[in-house]
Amino acid sequence: MTNHWVDIKNADVVLIMGGNAAEAHPCGFKWVTEAKAHNKARLVVVDPRFTRSAAMSDYYAPLRAGTDIAFLGGVINYLLANDKIQHEYVRNYTNATFVLTDKYSFADGIFSGYNEAKRSYDASSWGYEIGKDGFAVVDPTMQDPRCVFQVLKKHYSRYTPEVVSKVCGTPKEAFLKVCEYIASTSAPDRAMTVMYALGWTQHSTGTQMIRTAAMMQLLLGNIGVAGGGMNALRGHSNIQGLTDLGLLSNLLPGYLTLPREGEQDYEGYIKSRTLKPLRPNQVSYWQNYPKFHVSLMKAWFGNAATKENNWAFDYLPKLDRNYDVLQAFELMGQGKMNGYICQGFNPVASFPHKAKIIKGLSNLKFLVVIDPLATETSEFWKNFGPYNDVDTANIKTEVIRLPSTCFAEEDGSLTNSGRWLQWHWKGAPPPGEAKADADIIAEIFVRIRALYAKEGGTFPEPVTSLTWTYRLPRSPSPEELAMEYNGKALADVLAPPDPKNPKAPQAVLVPAGQQLPSFAMLRDDGSTSCGCWIYSGAWTQAGNQMARRDNSDPFGIGQTLGWAWSWPVNRRILYNAASADPTGKPWDPRRKLVFFNGKTWGGADVPDMVPTASPQEVHPFIMTAEGVAKLFVPSGMADGPLPEHYEPFESPLTANPLNPGNAKAFSNPAARVFKGDMEAFGKPKDFPYSATTYRLTEHFHYWTKHVDSNAITQPQQFVEIGEELAKEKGIAHGDMVKVRSNRGEIVTVAVVTKRIKALDCGGTKVHTVGIPNHWGFKGVAKMGYLANTLTPFVGDANTQTPEYKAFTVNIEKA
Amino acid sequence: MSSLQSLDIKQRSATTAQPPSVRNTTEVAKLIDVSKCIGCKACQVACGEWNDVRDAIGRNVGVYDNPADLSPETWTVMRFTEHEEAGRLEWLIRKDGCMHCADPGCLKACPSPGAIVQYSNGIVDFVEEHCIGCGYCVTGCPFDVPRISQDDNKAYKCTLCSDRVLVGLEPACVKTCPTGAIMFGSKEDMKEQAAGRLVDLKERGYQNAGLYDPPGVGGTHVMYVLQHADRPGLYHNLPENPSISPMVSLWKGAAKPLALFAMGLTALAGFFHYVRVRPNDVDGDTAPGGNLPPPPEVKKEERRHA
Repeated sequence: MTNHWVDIKNADVVLIMGGNAAEAHPCGFKWVTEAKAHNKARLVVVDPRFTRSAAMSDYYAPLRAGTDIAFLGGVINYLLANDKIQHEYVRNYTNATFVLTDKYSFADGIFSGYNEAKRSYDASSWGYEIGKDGFAVVDPTMQDPRCVFQVLKKHYSRYTPEVVSKVCGTPKEAFLKVCEYIASTSAPDRAMTVMYALGWTQHSTGTQMIRTAAMMQLLLGNIGVAGGGMNALRGHSNIQGLTDLGLLSNLLPGYLTLPREGEQDYEGYIKSRTLKPLRPNQVSYWQNYPKFHVSLMKAWFGNAATKENNWAFDYLPKLDRNYDVLQAFELMGQGKMNGYICQGFNPVASFPHKAKIIKGLSNLKFLVVIDPLATETSEFWKNFGPYNDVDTANIKTEVIRLPSTCFAEEDGSLTNSGRWLQWHWKGAPPPGEAKADADIIAEIFVRIRALYAKEGGTFPEPVTSLTWTYRLPRSPSPEELAMEYNGKALADVLAPPDPKNPKAPQAVLVPAGQQLPSFAMLRDDGSTSCGCWIYSGAWTQAGNQMARRDNSDPFGIGQTLGWAWSWPVNRRILYNAASADPTGKPWDPRRKLVFFNGKTWGGADVPDMVPTASPQEVHPFIMTAEGVAKLFVPSGMADGPLPEHYEPFESPLTANPLNPGNAKAFSNPAARVFKGDMEAFGKPKDFPYSATTYRLTEHFHYWTKHVDSNAITQPQQFVEIGEELAKEKGIAHGDMVKVRSNRGEIVTVAVVTKRIKALDCGGTKVHTVGIPNHWGFKGVAKMGYLANTLTPFVGDANTQTPEYKAFTVNIEKA
Repeated sequence: MSSLQSLDIKQRSATTAQPPSVRNTTEVAKLIDVSKCIGCKACQVACGEWNDVRDAIGRNVGVYDNPADLSPETWTVMRFTEHEEAGRLEWLIRKDGCMHCADPGCLKACPSPGAIVQYSNGIVDFVEEHCIGCGYCVTGCPFDVPRISQDDNKAYKCTLCSDRVLVGLEPACVKTCPTGAIMFGSKEDMKEQAAGRLVDLKERGYQNAGLYDPPGVGGTHVMYVLQHADRPGLYHNLPENPSISPMVSLWKGAAKPLALFAMGLTALAGFFHYVRVRPNDVDGDTAPGGNLPPPPEVKKEERRHA
């Protein structure tokens, strides 16, 4: 979230799209009801199904699964065509004014720089025109045909209400009505929040869907303001913490990145990440990358990381490719990955194309499952009749289960969607032999390190040199780990030399041995260590900031700076300096967040700005090299600088209505598809119905089917279909049905509902089959088929998050 | 639930004497704002957890309602209704359970002294130790709420967490509701709260939004804020004008003196019979009054009330 849960109450319009907050985030949804109750907010829901969120809405519009870019692109077109943008915001705080080179082009659904054989783009043609002063060229009038504003306008002029209706199946009037609600927030004194979740992430175009919404919010001036923002509702209580700490195959903690195979040279690695400002006076905060990186390496490798050995750069693996989950299971299938440690993770249930996952696990030599529960993964080898029809005798994988604790059985911090680190205390000791995850990992590490010490090896240093100074080496405490990621001074941290008196002794800002107050103290000379720079400030010399529980709200807009601790530096709303106009005055006097008094910044939140920087000179998007937000992304996206609608890899249509003449632009041309998987995609003649998977309120993923209370409230698997399809197929309430995709089939109960309607997509009638995903073959609820028996093995071009939300099936009465 | 709260009992079933109503407590109410309810069923689970009752794991019958109905182990359920009108779909979700009527039909119908009580705060509670399992409360309830357990042949329903309310806590469902759709407080405050909600709903176009506090049962201590208060039936057949069944009124009202009179007659007839005919000679097979007509039949209910 750019904002946070409580702040939703400040919104005038709430758009829930690509998520279903009332269903999947019922406790957070209360802030929507607060906004409605106290702010007369209007709730607009756009979803293939009339969800529990829709039941609470003031307006609902349907759309076909996987067509969100077309819908939002249409909204952008509406805003531009009807002049419903916040001009001053767009001109000053976005790259609308930046001029592109003449190398950029877009035709027939494909951007310049495409390599069909590699299914990837070379982004070099997407860059800005660079002037003689070394900075990007801008046109404040936004009239230059090559400026981002004009390019954007042209790109989305194709997304007319008629085209939107044809692609999405949304009735034109409904689409326009949604546009009106959204456009009402282009006024500086109105704000809209966007609440989304995996309904956007889990598409082959997921990242671009989210970007389209962010662009819409920028045009409306809704980023950085109270009640605005792009708010990702995270699906597990600590999944935000997982990404923050870098538990993805290409990341290091704090969104630092692992070097690629071609980056063997430390200088080159650092230089490419130390972004110089693209405009005069801008902050470009990633200029500090070396400080964050060196402090991380000092935290990990201590004295073994020295300036001479480039802070142990050689200890870091160099990625030849991303090792995301799809890649991992592909490699298992090929017999190239032989062991797997699966911690708090149930891939048999959670990953797409169950048959392929089972095949991968069956190829392993060993599988370690660290989990509090006996999961589908830990019992993948066992035959559960039709629900898991495997030949146990032919599976040689050795499976080791290591029981771990549940969250309520351990102390520690959880990071919520709003980036708050909240400390919690255990409620009960774990049962039986269960141990905390940290203890299990520590035990494995200590034993492996002993083996390396005893037997040596090809490259033992990264293991033998790892900092491991915990009081109990086999049981690092949550407090020790938290203090480590906050960081401390290894030597006295000194103030920069005084330019007026360079010979004077430098002041000591933090004495050696003390906890750091924030990442502003990090140094790239080895004098500081910090396990995760964005978490610096969570456990200072003053103690555990995450355990704070003061909910006082002196400004009355719900920012509660004394409650827990929020990264970065306890800031509650990112880019909050954009809530003030270029003179530093809040756009909306009712929602004063931060402001500039002529000398310094202050207000209800921790200003996201250099405290004394004049807003006339320094723009609020301090993390970008531009100093402003990017409507057009000159680099960093795998599948284009502007979002473009592509069909899901399995679509009920035979052509992409936006680019009907170009088969290459049917689905995301830059998404990775493994050999053999392209053929496994179903065709509309065999699988004519759009399908989507989702959660229900009564359950949490594949966990709560182990719990009586949850199983009682939703005991048995079902699929949902509209009344019209049910009638066509002769299916009644409660009938058993068979749902097939090109990868497998499930047999389950049918819920026939008015809440899913057939959509008219340019003459093609599209029915949707809704598939809740909570059942499996372990637990106390009735056994069911894993929903991922059906889903396709393809992911987003940027994140490789699987496309669970849009694929095709057929359905018949069982 | 418990007969220990005996000092603030307002009414007792099948009892004519005024109970010792020493303490007079504030009239309470639970307000269920249907327009804010997301149907998450957290209240169902909280109810089961607090009261330690839970149904067996059932099956899906083609709708979201689970368990499908109230039972001795399920004291509240969400009722989901898909309502479509003029092209606009609404998913109306109503939390169903005991309404705690001011004039409780169950209590009125109950023939067992003290099996159903109403506290001075308005909560209607079943005292299972006095329950005889006759099921009259089921007939007497205009909302079809009480359920008789097959295990112990006693009636069960929502207690409005009388045990929690007694010690100043809100009912478990209220505490757990994530959106604040269920509120609890004095009946007066809840009415005021509802009035504020109605202003909001009317502003959003629900011209017929209203408070459900039906006068036919003297008002209720569980009230609903409805978007369509003119048509409560939309909400899974919520009764429009609930009232106590005429049969209950009849046998507890007009029928009761008649029955008493009939019983008096019976006794009188018996007396005269005794005087005139003398007792049956059960020992002899040549009883003098052997062919007299049988005594008038007393209805089962009347016997119990006697």
